[in-house]
Amino acid sequence: MISCEKAAIICNKIQYKEATFIEKLKLRYHLLMCETCTKFSKKNSQLTSLCNKAHLHGLSNKEKEQMKDRLRSKS
Amino acid sequence: MARIEYQKTKEQNLPAVTPNSRNFENDHKGMAENKLDPTTWVDAYADYLFNYAIARINDAEIAKDLVQETFLAGLKSAKNYKGDAAERTWLIAILKRKVIDYYRKSNSKKGKAEVRINYGSQTDAEGDWLEEQVADPFSNFEHSDIENEELGLAIQSCIEKLPKKQAQVFTMKTIQGISTEDICNELNINPSNLWVMIHRARTALMGCLNQSWF
Repeated sequence: MISCEKAAIICNKIQYKEATFIEKLKLRYHLLMCETCTKFSKKNSQLTSLCNKAHLHGLSNKEKEQMKDRLRSKS
Repeated sequence: MARIEYQKTKEQNLPAVTPNSRNFENDHKGMAENKLDPTTWVDAYADYLFNYAIARINDAEIAKDLVQETFLAGLKSAKNYKGDAAERTWLIAILKRKVIDYYRKSNSKKGKAEVRINYGSQTDAEGDWLEEQVADPFSNFEHSDIENEELGLAIQSCIEKLPKKQAQVFTMKTIQGISTEDICNELNINPSNLWVMIHRARTALMGCLNQSWF
């Protein structure tokens, strides 16, 4: 039996498809008996689908640094 | 004349009352809430502005340029900032003008503003009825686009509220899709550290988005 903290971390890893098979099994087993984590897991996947739906765009760190440089040179 | 003199002295004696007057900002630098701080702009607002721009321009390169121009214009007119809008709102207002200017410029060449419709010039559509090309009244694509843009901005402003490090890790992981290993190398943290930060960020985001989106 794993702790809820560990379960949460595995749950987060699953959102990024980085959990191993054994971790997934452990989480499944944990979710069978822990209601809080089941709720969390459900909300967590909802958050992932929201993020996917929003088509978020981001500037890379490099692009941000370039912007900062340009701002600095002007000020 | 004497009366004017009197008023002047009275004004000088009184401390500045309105939060908008420049005196106030100089005297109470620490107290004024709406104050410009260009050094934090890129970290705090670049992604939000970029999302706003890209929803309207649909071209990442141009959107990026507009965001950059917005920051530069903001810096230039920082002295005109009265402090009655939040920093981000003020920047968005500038960006809005930039987007309008962009479309105005691209439409200014003659003939470009016309809408041209090809009536079934494609050979494979020959013989088809025009009615088939009419927009589907039951589709709600446009609607969901608007909703998705709102959602994107909502998520983005929730990310802004996170502690800086968490926000950074979350954006790199979720939005830019960088692998765990690369993030760890770049930020000099170990994976379990990263997952804890991701966990905190996600929990905070759930709470922040909770009211309107879940």
